[in-house]
Amino acid sequence: MNWSLIFSNAIYAAIGVQAIGFALAAMGLNIHFGYTGLLNFGQAGFLLIGAYSVAIPVTVWGWNLFVCLPFVVITASLFALLLGIPTLKLRSDYLAIVTIAAAEILRLLVSTPKWTSWSGGTDGINSFTDDFRNAVPNPSAQYKLWKQPFTGYDLWVMIFGWTLVALFALLTWALIRSPWGRVLRSIREDEDAARSLGKNVFSYKMISLVLGGVIGAFGGVVLAIGNQTANPITFRTELTFFAYAILVLGGVGKVKGPIIGAMIFWFVISFSQEFLKNITDEIGWRAPEWLITANNFPFVRFMIVGGGLALLVVFRPQGIFGNRKEQAFDVR
Amino acid sequence: MSAEPTSHEPAPRTPDAWIAQVPCEPGASKPDPILTATGVRRSFGGLTAVDVEHLEVQRNTITALIGPNGAGKTTFFNLLTGFDEVNEGAWSFDGTPMRDIAPHRTAKLGMVRTFQLTKSLTRLSVIENMRLGASRQKGERFWAAPFKPLWKAEEAANTARAEALLERFKLGHMRDEYAGSLSGGQRKLLEMARALMVEPSMIMLDEPMAGVNPALKQSLLDHIRSLKDEGRTVLFVEHDMDMVHEISDWVIVMAEGRIIAEGPPHVIGANQAVIDAYLGAHQNTDIGMSS
Repeated sequence: MNWSLIFSNAIYAAIGVQAIGFALAAMGLNIHFGYTGLLNFGQAGFLLIGAYSVAIPVTVWGWNLFVCLPFVVITASLFALLLGIPTLKLRSDYLAIVTIAAAEILRLLVSTPKWTSWSGGTDGINSFTDDFRNAVPNPSAQYKLWKQPFTGYDLWVMIFGWTLVALFALLTWALIRSPWGRVLRSIREDEDAARSLGKNVFSYKMISLVLGGVIGAFGGVVLAIGNQTANPITFRTELTFFAYAILVLGGVGKVKGPIIGAMIFWFVISFSQEFLKNITDEIGWRAPEWLITANNFPFVRFMIVGGGLALLVVFRPQGIFGNRKEQAFDVR
Repeated sequence: MSAEPTSHEPAPRTPDAWIAQVPCEPGASKPDPILTATGVRRSFGGLTAVDVEHLEVQRNTITALIGPNGAGKTTFFNLLTGFDEVNEGAWSFDGTPMRDIAPHRTAKLGMVRTFQLTKSLTRLSVIENMRLGASRQKGERFWAAPFKPLWKAEEAANTARAEALLERFKLGHMRDEYAGSLSGGQRKLLEMARALMVEPSMIMLDEPMAGVNPALKQSLLDHIRSLKDEGRTVLFVEHDMDMVHEISDWVIVMAEGRIIAEGPPHVIGANQAVIDAYLGAHQNTDIGMSS
């Protein structure tokens, strides 16, 4: 059993590109769901918008990658407006339906063969990160985190990503402690009460949807730059559900909840994956065929995570950082 | 506790002068109405829930809106405050035409309501509930919100006002508790106090006494009276007839969506149409079972 490799892999996963991308996705959901009570089940769509708002302008129009970053804010905001205008006046379930559908529509649009010259179809877009590579010092240097090797490029993606996480966390913290954040939380509790006190609920919900969407879109940017590909497979519906799992794990309605949640989530995923691989490869243990086939065995890691989440919901419903007392007064 | 302005309670209040000049009939016009509604109609499918031909509410009075269950009182409230849409009709508040106005705009104009089923924001603390009520906060604007120096002073002023109101409503000791931990009666008090943070000229209370224990009732009555003393207009829906008799200057009776009677409480109490509406015109016929 190669414990040092298993652990160094897992630690790297906890601070790596996946963790950053999902932390940003979950931070956006925290604005939507945790503070405003908006049920956005299409966060994957916002991440897709982020990834392709970098990849398409760079490859098709020849923009500089860094010029695309403000462009991401614009496209993600437009997507949020498109989703919000028809649904935010209705009950929250309508937003859930529309967002999950819209995210799938986007994914199918970028996968379609008809627009391969733009979006690369199912292969995605793979060569748009040169600007980033050229902007960082020694991208091809080799580093090691214990047993886990990584390059200078990876290092700078992580620095870029964690800087984004820190900036958005700071912004969220500053907004949520303000009277503006109080209005958001009052909408989560009871939007009619907020209305009766003179708050323009629709406009607050709209800004919340835009803000959380933009944060999520930058998660997509980090995933695309880090993995050096913008690929429709990354943005399947399960991305949204992983982000929700991360949010619940870390603690809904807490600024650090989704960040720590993402780190733990990817640590556990990587750890159980490598652990299972070690069992089969090194020790030679095989799960009985009637129970699970060898091909499916690696997916047992999701069972482990799922079981852990179920236990968490039973014994610590507020998540790791949530407030039990606050949770006890659930209005729904 | 003794600072509470309850001293006027034992002495019978002299009725306002305007009451003598107004005829006791549905739709009677008042000398100085703050709210005027004409032809307000709302139907749900075939059922006409509200059909108010004309109604005026006199400024700086306590007006009760009573009627049997299903009379359309709450629906009428919802229409007036923009929480429901009328089929036809028009009304004005303090001279401003109000039809098709969004609920949050009515609050900004100075007409604030409470709800029959209390809407305390359970996962916000009591003081946060109160602060939320304050109008036109700079800190509630997105661009100003992240920068605390821009709204710090305003927040402190709102907090001071909120604390004073909490003391007045005897909720001061609950300041930092979650609103969800309050009792039903305390939530009613909190909702009323929160509505006052808006500084409304008219406050509309939907069943303020429902679920409030008798010990708390008297102080709630005092609070409502003090609203009038501060120059506000109160319109409230209530089933508790003792309360209606005790504090209202004027009573409006609704039945089946219409206004069937108006007048000062002692007149209404003797009105045959009202008694019929409440007890049914065939009160002597045995219907075979009691509800």
